[in-house]
Amino acid sequence: MFAADEYVMLSALQHFAFCPRQCALIHIEQAWAENIYTLRGLRVHEKVHQPGDELIEEGIRIERSLTLYSHQLGLKGIADVVEFLPDGTPYPVEYKSGSKKSRLADNIQLCAQALCLEEMLDRPVLKGAIFHHQSRRRRKVLLDDRLRSLTLQTIEQTRSLLALGKLPPPVKDKRCDDCSLIETCMPHAVNYFTESAHQNNPFLIK
Amino acid sequence: MKTILNTLYVQTQGSYLRLDHETLKLEVEKELKFQIPLHHLGGIVAFGNVLLSPFLIHKCAEDGRNLIWLTEYGRYKARLAGSTTGNVLLRRCQHQAVDSPESTLAIARYMVAGKLQNARSIVMRAAREAKDKTDKDILSKTAQIHAESIQNTETASDLDKLRGIEGYAAKAYFGSFTQMIRQNRIAFTFTERTKNPPRDPINALLSFVYTLLTNECISACESIGLDPQMGFLHALRPGKPSLALDLMEELRSPLADRLVLTLINRGQIKPEDFTERPGGAIYLSEDGRKTILAEYQKRKQEEITHPIVGSKIPLGLIPHVQARLLARHLRGDVPSYQPFILRG
Repeated sequence: MFAADEYVMLSALQHFAFCPRQCALIHIEQAWAENIYTLRGLRVHEKVHQPGDELIEEGIRIERSLTLYSHQLGLKGIADVVEFLPDGTPYPVEYKSGSKKSRLADNIQLCAQALCLEEMLDRPVLKGAIFHHQSRRRRKVLLDDRLRSLTLQTIEQTRSLLALGKLPPPVKDKRCDDCSLIETCMPHAVNYFTESAHQNNPFLIK
Repeated sequence: MKTILNTLYVQTQGSYLRLDHETLKLEVEKELKFQIPLHHLGGIVAFGNVLLSPFLIHKCAEDGRNLIWLTEYGRYKARLAGSTTGNVLLRRCQHQAVDSPESTLAIARYMVAGKLQNARSIVMRAAREAKDKTDKDILSKTAQIHAESIQNTETASDLDKLRGIEGYAAKAYFGSFTQMIRQNRIAFTFTERTKNPPRDPINALLSFVYTLLTNECISACESIGLDPQMGFLHALRPGKPSLALDLMEELRSPLADRLVLTLINRGQIKPEDFTERPGGAIYLSEDGRKTILAEYQKRKQEEITHPIVGSKIPLGLIPHVQARLLARHLRGDVPSYQPFILRG
């Protein structure tokens, strides 16, 4: 149904839901900036991302770094952790290093993981959780119809953006404060370009 | 990106650099001389016989940290390149822009105008500060030539004319370089730019600092995902980092020439810091290089408000910011390439 290069990365959905330009910077422009947040994230994920399975108490089996896909929706990615309840129901848990990111974006990413699991294992996935490393808290997320339709919509929007191959303009709002890509994005340089270029005019003798 | 991180310059011959967890350790004859957390370093420049452990090299490649090998005397030899990264679409846009005479001319025009603006600032400042009337007159004339050249860049009809304008201004600039020197003027007389090898102390200083800056411009291109060899103003030649040289043009005066002049005028670099080799080549002593590297590092930490980016940026990051602005232009995000102009 989808060509190999039309598959959308699960992480791209989270980036898109947070900011479409951030998504394009990472997935089209291939820009990536390590900062304190992403490095912390890396540390968190280093621990999580050792592929394999193990048994934890009460018969719950957990799989780490499980490759996920949905051929119907054209999705691919890796789940941090999927727990399997004693009856075999998968329960995805997404690890987040901080509490900074928009919850909606995280929920969409988690819901997309669930959609993959439903297709892969042919059973309903109605719940999942986000683990916030900073607070060491697990936040349960109900994968209801509203979230599902929002997720489907995000998948399509993300796919169109990536197919277009163009950068949307910067948002330049409070999201920028938390964004690791602000120096790559250059919101000021783009939004105020005409004005700054006029001031900078290199042909003018002052 | 990117806070300005220190570059570690290792000049001591026989040094051994190795990785200990997240820390870099520098040993000389098995004795620990220095250690620093690796995440404080943006890059490592190794002069001559400096050994690096494979694990340190791997780590630098993974983290995208610069690692550059120069000869003991500062001539470029090699750089560490990790796997090819960045946006292939960007590189394609870059190649297409180089193929288009209009795009090339437009970008090159801004680059030359930016360079001449920065050169003119330095000359005007020296003219203001000059005590001697002859010096003042010569410098004012050079500033005037720059003003005219800048205006000519806007209407230059092709790349050759643009290069001609630049060459004419550069001749005037270097022709009055001696007038900007206020200490040891006899020893630091400058007649013309000579390279390979430099034939007088000023040329030796300029060559050394330009090497450092060229490498930073190459790194900037690579870290942004631009092809450093695919330039607009500089002709394409095998092995020549044309784009890095393009980016460097507007940075020569504010980052390199000003540093050289300051070091001489403050007496931090003296005639004794040079040695002459048979055949007339002039080299900097190790102490002289040390002084320059320390001052260069300091200068890179100085913050300015970038006119386009709109925020405070250390001077050392300007090559990266400019490479990024160029990338944004090539990808159609902004309508022109805006050079970095240091006002005042």
